[in-house]
Amino acid sequence: MKHQQEYRDPGLAKLQLQALNQVVSEFDGVMTFMEVCGTHTMAIYQNGIRSLLPDKIRLISGPGCPVCVTPVGYVDHAVALSRRPDTIVATFGDMVRVPGSSSSLLKEQAAGATIKIVYSPLDAVKLAEKHPESDIVFLGVGFETTAPTVAGAVLTAEQIKLENFYVLCSHKTMPGPMSVLAGDPELKVDGYLCPAHVSAIIGANAYQPLVDTYKIPCVVTGFEPLDVLQGVLMLTRQVIAKLAKVETQYRRVVKPEGNRKAQALLNQVFEPCNARWRGIGDIPESGLQLRPEFSHFDAALQLPIEVEDVVEHQGCLCGEILKGKVRPADCRLFRTACTPENPVGACMVSSEGTCAAEYKYGISGQQA
Amino acid sequence: MNPDIILLGHGSGGKLSHELLDNLIVPTLSGITQSDQNDAAVIAAQEGRLAFTTDSYVVDPIFFPGGNIGDLAIHGTINDLSMAGAEPLAISVGLIIEEGFAVEDLRKILETMRHAAQDADVKIVTGDTKVVPRGKADKLFINTSGIGVIKHDLTICGRNAQIGDKILINGNIGDHGIAVLASRDGLELESDIKTDSAPLNGMVKELVEQLGEQLHTLRDPTRGGVATTLKEIALQSQVEITLSENSLPVSDAVGGVCSILGLDPLFVANEGKLLAFVAPEAAEEALAVMQKNPHGGQAAIIGEVTALADGKVRLKTAIGGLRAIEMLAGEQLPRIC
Repeated sequence: MKHQQEYRDPGLAKLQLQALNQVVSEFDGVMTFMEVCGTHTMAIYQNGIRSLLPDKIRLISGPGCPVCVTPVGYVDHAVALSRRPDTIVATFGDMVRVPGSSSSLLKEQAAGATIKIVYSPLDAVKLAEKHPESDIVFLGVGFETTAPTVAGAVLTAEQIKLENFYVLCSHKTMPGPMSVLAGDPELKVDGYLCPAHVSAIIGANAYQPLVDTYKIPCVVTGFEPLDVLQGVLMLTRQVIAKLAKVETQYRRVVKPEGNRKAQALLNQVFEPCNARWRGIGDIPESGLQLRPEFSHFDAALQLPIEVEDVVEHQGCLCGEILKGKVRPADCRLFRTACTPENPVGACMVSSEGTCAAEYKYGISGQQA
Repeated sequence: MNPDIILLGHGSGGKLSHELLDNLIVPTLSGITQSDQNDAAVIAAQEGRLAFTTDSYVVDPIFFPGGNIGDLAIHGTINDLSMAGAEPLAISVGLIIEEGFAVEDLRKILETMRHAAQDADVKIVTGDTKVVPRGKADKLFINTSGIGVIKHDLTICGRNAQIGDKILINGNIGDHGIAVLASRDGLELESDIKTDSAPLNGMVKELVEQLGEQLHTLRDPTRGGVATTLKEIALQSQVEITLSENSLPVSDAVGGVCSILGLDPLFVANEGKLLAFVAPEAAEEALAVMQKNPHGGQAAIIGEVTALADGKVRLKTAIGGLRAIEMLAGEQLPRIC
């Protein structure tokens, strides 16, 4: 952890901020940068970074919290499966409290469903081995960082010939939504802080088409406070120099071509598909589904079940918040009807959600 | 003891119950061979005010690095009494045991309870044992209640934090929660993190004696961690608290595990820590008292009361930013005590 402390050095932070202040002093107006990844959102709040940035730089949070962008219908599907007899739903912890149309996995658990929180998809495979009498449904949610581990779990299940292991797949990929938002005239994003660990898998080159099409600066940035400050500085320099290119701040981890091994694993098990993003809608080729040769693990195909019609919560602005168009404080439910104890929208549930971060760490008046 | 597992009959009140009490529970907990078998313990009336507290323990797993549910239950009640400025006198122990529980495990737990009470110079004076059918409880639940005597006239409470007060903690934060978490099934984390579970009555006695009226508030940051406890005090005293991230004592190991799991040590439970609010001129003395105590080697001044306000807690981050600290919402780690 000493290594980590080096990226939190107050002296270096001061130098970065001085450089940033100097660079923006020649700039007229406000630059808006979007951090796409939920871990960035948390790092920015946890370190109080907005309170340090010059007024001319505005950071907005984008659709990078995997739980938050998962549509209500998926939660309803998971809830319906949890009500099946002899079924265990295995999931990462954050999904349990996400409200569906009329229930949540937490409520189903209280009513008698078996929900197991796991830390790795392989734990779900072990669960399936241990409980041959039950169907184990793993909730496959997450970006390219999580999906390879799910691919690994599927391959393990195949190898040991498990017949009671299923994945309810809602994996999503970058940078599809970044293109949608870059083309949104209402948003006017001046640059992207591109995700750190997703980029470690897909590689910095993955953002080149986005930069070519929309002429928008992209900087792949790490999660430590000094990483974020440097990423912002690099974006600012591009804006002032009227450049648009892919740069990598997080060079200690991210390569231009990414992690070929993880990519191969993904391609072996999954294929691209259209995906629905909460708040953004359907984006072609922005999701992952199991390839036909692994369809016997697909919970949606193998365990048919009736799922209730989707009811979106009235007044919840999660969708707009995920697009960076409004701040949590603009939502009339925020802090009143919607709190971490009693969340209305997913952004308040996930530990990486913008509303949860604002609720937990935000100092009023500083987050505009 | 024969049989080697707990049966439903051990909680029936009949012959098996008496055997369990006389052969295992009473001698192991109290060191005496024959229980008095009265319905209530009798304690001599004390000069001063009495403090009274109760707490139930359902930690999972029941054995974890550095401790178990038993010494945790004794320390927890001793510390709750201590935070009111009381000297613990007597403790009760209520056991709810799941049918099939290993007698050997029960013996181990009872032995550590006796040691924990002896170390803190507190007597276990009464108790109760129930057995429930398999599946109706998870192995063992323990309730401990305690009575303590307050021998001074000081007001040490959550409403008494004052502007300018320095805030101290007696050592590294987050050890207990992470030790329990790391020993759970399914999380294959190898670490040498041990619980910080410890009795704090000795340290509190020294603080009371040395600081007197300059000691304003004491509280142990258990569930919800340091963040939640400070928020409670800020609300009770209607003040603003400002913490300094650079001063927070966190071990490298706990910092590392928290970083991997996305947890914030400020919200992780402690079982051998206290937060003390003291007048600024007494801060160094309080720090010295803590550091001399066996449970205070890593003690530090972590923040101060900066203004009158409606219960705000702010953190000055390592890189100089400011962020708010709110109470823990929901459960970060269920069943850690």
